[in-house]
Amino acid sequence: MSIWLWIVTALAVIAALARAGLWAARRLSGDAPRFRDMSYGEALGYALALAAIIGGVWLWMKPGAVYFRWAVMGFAICAVAAYLFRLAGRHIGPAGLKRQFRRMPLTAAFGILVIILYAIVAIFAGWIAPHGQEAVLGAANIVPGGDPAMGGDPAFPLGTDRIGRDILSRLIYGAQNTVGLAFATTLLAFFLGGALGLLAAVVGGWLDQLLSRGVDVLMAIPSLIFALLLLTIASVWADGARGLMTLYMVLIIAVIDSTRVFRLARAVGIGIVVMDYVEAAKLRGEGMGHLVFREILPNAMAPLLAEFGLRFCFVFLTIASLSFLGVGIQPPLADWGTMVRDLAQFINFAAFAPMVALAPLLPALAIAVLTVGVNFVVDWMLHRSSGLKS
Amino acid sequence: MRSVSGHRGDLESLGSVIRIVLQRLALGLLTLLIVSAVIFGAVNLLPGDFAQAVLGQSATPEAVAAIRTQLGLDQPLPVRYAGWLWDAARGDLGVSFAQANFASFTGRVDPSATVLAQIAPRFANTMFLAGVTAAIAVPLAVGLGILAALWRDTPFDKGANIATLSSISSPEFFVAYILILLLAVVNPVLPSLSNIFPGMSFGERLERTLLPALTLTLVVTAHMMRMTRAAILNLMAQPYIEMARLKGMRPLRVILRHALPNALAPIVNVVALNLAYLVTGVVVVEVVFVYPGIGQLFVDSVKLRDIPVVQACCLIFAAAYILLNLTADILSIVSNPRLRHPK
Repeated sequence: MSIWLWIVTALAVIAALARAGLWAARRLSGDAPRFRDMSYGEALGYALALAAIIGGVWLWMKPGAVYFRWAVMGFAICAVAAYLFRLAGRHIGPAGLKRQFRRMPLTAAFGILVIILYAIVAIFAGWIAPHGQEAVLGAANIVPGGDPAMGGDPAFPLGTDRIGRDILSRLIYGAQNTVGLAFATTLLAFFLGGALGLLAAVVGGWLDQLLSRGVDVLMAIPSLIFALLLLTIASVWADGARGLMTLYMVLIIAVIDSTRVFRLARAVGIGIVVMDYVEAAKLRGEGMGHLVFREILPNAMAPLLAEFGLRFCFVFLTIASLSFLGVGIQPPLADWGTMVRDLAQFINFAAFAPMVALAPLLPALAIAVLTVGVNFVVDWMLHRSSGLKS
Repeated sequence: MRSVSGHRGDLESLGSVIRIVLQRLALGLLTLLIVSAVIFGAVNLLPGDFAQAVLGQSATPEAVAAIRTQLGLDQPLPVRYAGWLWDAARGDLGVSFAQANFASFTGRVDPSATVLAQIAPRFANTMFLAGVTAAIAVPLAVGLGILAALWRDTPFDKGANIATLSSISSPEFFVAYILILLLAVVNPVLPSLSNIFPGMSFGERLERTLLPALTLTLVVTAHMMRMTRAAILNLMAQPYIEMARLKGMRPLRVILRHALPNALAPIVNVVALNLAYLVTGVVVVEVVFVYPGIGQLFVDSVKLRDIPVVQACCLIFAAAYILLNLTADILSIVSNPRLRHPK
C-alpha cells in the first residue's frame, strides 16, 4: 500500500509546484501576457510533463531499469527509422508518391515501413532464417543475447526453446505462418462477406432480409467465444489431424469475420445502388455480374480497403489469441501465439538475467508492432478520406 | 413504432419509453433464443453423440442404445432442443463429460459433476474480476477522455492517441506479460498467479485479482477514453459551447457544465459496450494468470472436448454479451429525447 501513498503524495507535490511555479512566473515576468493568461490546467500540464521527464531521466540512470532503457531505445529507433523512411519517400520515387509522403504523419510512415518489412520477412523467410522452423538443434534452453557468461551461445542470438529449436528462425517463420494465414483468412472473409453484402444490396427483397437476419444472429455471439465453440466441434471432426485443424480454423474465422464485412459491404452497396449510373446500367440490360463487379465494386473500394486493414488486425489478433490458448495454428508450424505460450515460463527468471524475458516477449511484440502499424496506416487513411479534423 | 400524435405529455412520453424498452427486451430475448438454437445446432453437427462419448471406444451397441434411450437422444432434434432449453432455463445445464466418466463407475451422478456445480463458483470469480476492472477503468477512462478533449492537439493529446492506439492493437497476453515482468518478477509488488479459493479475505482476494484487472483495464480504458474524447469533441462545435466560451467561461468549466451532460448518453453507451467487450477479454487474461474464472474453464473444456460445459459456457457468455448490448441500447434510448420519440 505504500506505493499508492507515494503516487498520491507525488501528484499532490506536482499540483502544488504547478500552482507555485505559475505564481512565481507571473511575479518574475511582471505579468507578461504569456503567463497572465495561462490557466492552471496548462501549468499543471507543464508540471506533469516536467515530472515525467525528470522521472524518465532518473529511471534511465538507475542501473536496475534495463527494460525501461530498452523501451526508450526501441521507441527512439522506431521514430528515427520512420523519419528516415519518410525522408526517403519524399525524395525518391514518382511525383505522386512523393506528394503522398509530404503530408504523411510520422505514425503512418512507421506503419507503412512496418508492413513492408513484415512482407519481406514473410515472403523470404526460407532464405533469411538460419535454421529450419522444425529443426531440433543440439542444446535446449539457451538464453537469448549470445553471451556465454549468461548462458547464451553466439550461434543462437535469440536462444533456443525447451526442445532446442532456434527462436530467431521460428520468429522469422512465424511471420510467414501467422501473418500469411491471417492474410489468407481476411481475403477469404472479404470475398465471402463482400460478395454476399453487395449481392444483398443489389437483389434486395427476401434475399437481403434472409442474409441480414442471419448475420444479425451470428453477430450476437462474441466472436472469440463462437470461434472457440466451433473449434471444439472442428477438433472432433478433424480427430487429431493437425493440418486439418489449421484449415478448419481459417474457415471458421473467415466465416465469423465475413459477417462484419457483409454489414459494411451491404451498407455501402445500398448507397451506390440508387445512383443514376447503376440505374442506367440496369436499363441497358446489363447482367448481375456486370452490375456488381463493374459498376458497384469500383465505387465501394475506398471504404472496403480501410475495412480490410481493420479486419486484418482483428483476424490476426484472433488467430494469435486462439494459438496462444492452444487451439489455433497447430505445431510443428512456428507461430507467434504458440511461441508466447510455450516460452512464457522463461519470464520468471527475468530477475536473474534480463535477456531471458525477451524470449516470450519478442513474439508478442512482433504481433503488437504489426497491428499497431496497420492501425496507424488505417487511422491516417480514414482521417484523410473523411477530410475532417479531429 | 410511430408515437401517437396529439399533445405529448410527460405521462405519454414515459409510456412510450416503457413501450420501446419492452420492445427491446423482447427483441433481446428473441435473439438469445435464436442464439441458443444456433449453439445447440452447432453442437449437434458432431458425428457420434453423447452416449458414445461417455462410454468411449469399447462400448457395445446395446449399451450405447440403452444410454441413448435413457438420455432421450433417440428423439428428434427439435424435441431435444426444447428439452435442453427448458432444463437450461431452470438452471440444469447437464452433466460434464469429464466428470461423468468418473461418475459412470459409481453408477450414480455425483452432484458436483453437473455443469452448474462447476460453473457457479467460477462465474462469481469472473464477475469479481470484471467488477474490479470496471471500478478502475470507467472513472480513469472518462477522466482521461475529458482531459484529452480539454487539451486537444497538445503533446498530451498526441501522446495519448499513440498510447491508446497501441494499447488497443496489442494482444491481451502481451500487455499481461509485460505487467507480470514489471510488477511481479522484476519488482515483486503483486503476485503473478491469481490462485483464488473460497474463504479468502476480501483484501487478499483483491490483491490477487489486481494484476489481471490491471491488464484488462489497460485494454479497455484505451477504447473508452478515445470514445469519450470523440463524444465531447463532437459537441465542441455546437453554438451553445461557442456561447459559453465567448461569455468568458473557463475551458474546464465549459466541458464539465455544458459538454459533459450532453455527451453522457454516448459515453454511457460506450461504457456498456466495453463491458460487453470485457466478456471476451477475460478468456485470454484468465488463462495467462491462471485465474479460476469461467473463461479458463471454457478453454480447458474446449481442449478436453467437454461438449456440455462448452455449450453452457458459450450460452452464458452470449447471454452476458446480449444483455450488456441491450443495456447500452436501452440507456441510449432513455437518455436521448430524439430516440424516445421516433418519427
